[in-house]
Amino acid sequence: MEALALDVEKVGADVPIFSKLFNGKTLAYLDNAATSQKPKQVIEALTDFYEGYNSNIHRGVYEISERATEEYERTREAVRGFIGAGSTEEIVFTRNATESINLVARTWGESNVREGDRVLISVLEHHSNLVPWQVLCQAKHAKLEYIGIKGDGTLDMDDFKEKAGGARLLAVTQASNVLGTIVPVKEMARIARREGCTVLVDGAQSAPHMKVDVNDMGCDFFALSSHKMLGPTGVGVLYGRKDILEAMPPFNLGGDMISEVHSCSASWNELPWKFEAGTSNVADVIAFYHAISYLERMSMESVREHEMRITDYAMDRLREFGGLHLYGPADLSKRAGIIAFTMDDAHPHDIAAVLDREAVAIRSGYHCAQPLHESLSLGGTARASFYLYNTEAEVDRLVAALGKVREVLGR
Amino acid sequence: MSDEVYKEIILDHYKNPHNFRQLAEPSFKADDSNPLCGDHIELSVKVADGRVSEVGFIGKGCAISQAAASILTDLIQGKTLDELKGMEKEQLLEAMGNPDLGPVRIKCALLSLKTLKLGLYPYMSARGPTP
Ligand SMILES: Cc1ncc(COP(=O)(O)O)c(C=O)c1O
Repeated sequence: MEALALDVEKVGADVPIFSKLFNGKTLAYLDNAATSQKPKQVIEALTDFYEGYNSNIHRGVYEISERATEEYERTREAVRGFIGAGSTEEIVFTRNATESINLVARTWGESNVREGDRVLISVLEHHSNLVPWQVLCQAKHAKLEYIGIKGDGTLDMDDFKEKAGGARLLAVTQASNVLGTIVPVKEMARIARREGCTVLVDGAQSAPHMKVDVNDMGCDFFALSSHKMLGPTGVGVLYGRKDILEAMPPFNLGGDMISEVHSCSASWNELPWKFEAGTSNVADVIAFYHAISYLERMSMESVREHEMRITDYAMDRLREFGGLHLYGPADLSKRAGIIAFTMDDAHPHDIAAVLDREAVAIRSGYHCAQPLHESLSLGGTARASFYLYNTEAEVDRLVAALGKVREVLGR
Repeated sequence: MSDEVYKEIILDHYKNPHNFRQLAEPSFKADDSNPLCGDHIELSVKVADGRVSEVGFIGKGCAISQAAASILTDLIQGKTLDELKGMEKEQLLEAMGNPDLGPVRIKCALLSLKTLKLGLYPYMSARGPTP
């Protein structure tokens, strides 16, 4: 497929919510780290399914069920290609990245982490890649250790190298949802695996914004969420290396994940269905295909390039505005399109609330990364995060709205 | 959210909080925080002859939580313990000018009242019923 140059106006026109008015203004949506907006191609795919071929999959032998099954499996193939996995057997659909990580903690973790083992995560982690390991380690009397960050917000690789030896698992995010830090997961996976350590990469903030290749990265597991990458809510992906998935016990038990059931025993279905118990989120998985093809048409390289340009512009404008504290790496090559900041005299919640009156949507609080905020001694931050449809004009609206914040709340 | 959130009264109390101090010898005190946004309130109350004689708070957080705490300290001056116990959230919201808060930020507004009750109940049960 030939990649189109990213035309931000055209992308914007594809996203219906951007033609609506809020307080009489169009929406400047700068909370993409929380979730992305949806292009009409994705929304229409949902209606098409429910109106045209709604049926359950992997069961019916009639036409519409076969069509639904084919399209469901077509998404799996698209995800495989999108993240560079070797086989669709390695692509498991879940509800979200959180569930993907929990699946690993509760199956692989349950059978592989033992008393005295060390599980390595970083202080950058989202609660979704932290709490499952905390609970697992408590139950197993294993030790949870944190890789620190340096003053510039990048991961402390020396700290990592010191701790990598003998660790059972490294579970780390590829991009921080607060500082935007891009973590050198490939280099880390190489070191970790040399030490016999299994590697899980949380790709919730990377897969939507940059080219990902799980084979090249060398991870054992990779998690992502459809809703952060133009797709519907309720769909996540767990990539797992085939040999590992095969050795893992199933997660949920019930229909679809079995091959044979007798009154006293059952045997498990093949990969990847072994991990997809019960009726799947058929409609949303099918619609997710259209999100992936949308991104692939633009090419992930140009999505990343666009976001770097917007982030660069926003950092300049925010520095110019003055009186703000910006967090995270200054080096754009080490940073995703996320800017966390604080303002003297205005709490992040108040910033977000005043911005909301200007129809500028940003997030405030801990962003599900409380340990990170604690390590930086921050009681919360305001966060603007960009995607392929954001424009410089929206950054200007952000800055103008911050002027209002200062007017209203400045002491 | 509407324009009706940052009312003058809220901004006044936020910028110049009343009773912003910690009492040296309070009859009871309590602190609580809002885990979602990190608002924190520490409230100390002095009781004399069954009534609130002095109250102070310190804290940090958003304008809504801090203004609400300041307004609450004015509101409870001179009240009896039973009046404190019976105090409803509507009274505080009304004193704040009934700002149009959504489900998330109402928690910011009510943090100080929650903190008050947190300190009040153990104090009341330790004292036993009023004669
Ligand atoms: C880095 C990171 N990991 C995991 C998640 C969890 O994603 P979800 O809520 O879709 O499961 C998020 C979402 O904010 C995230 O930013």
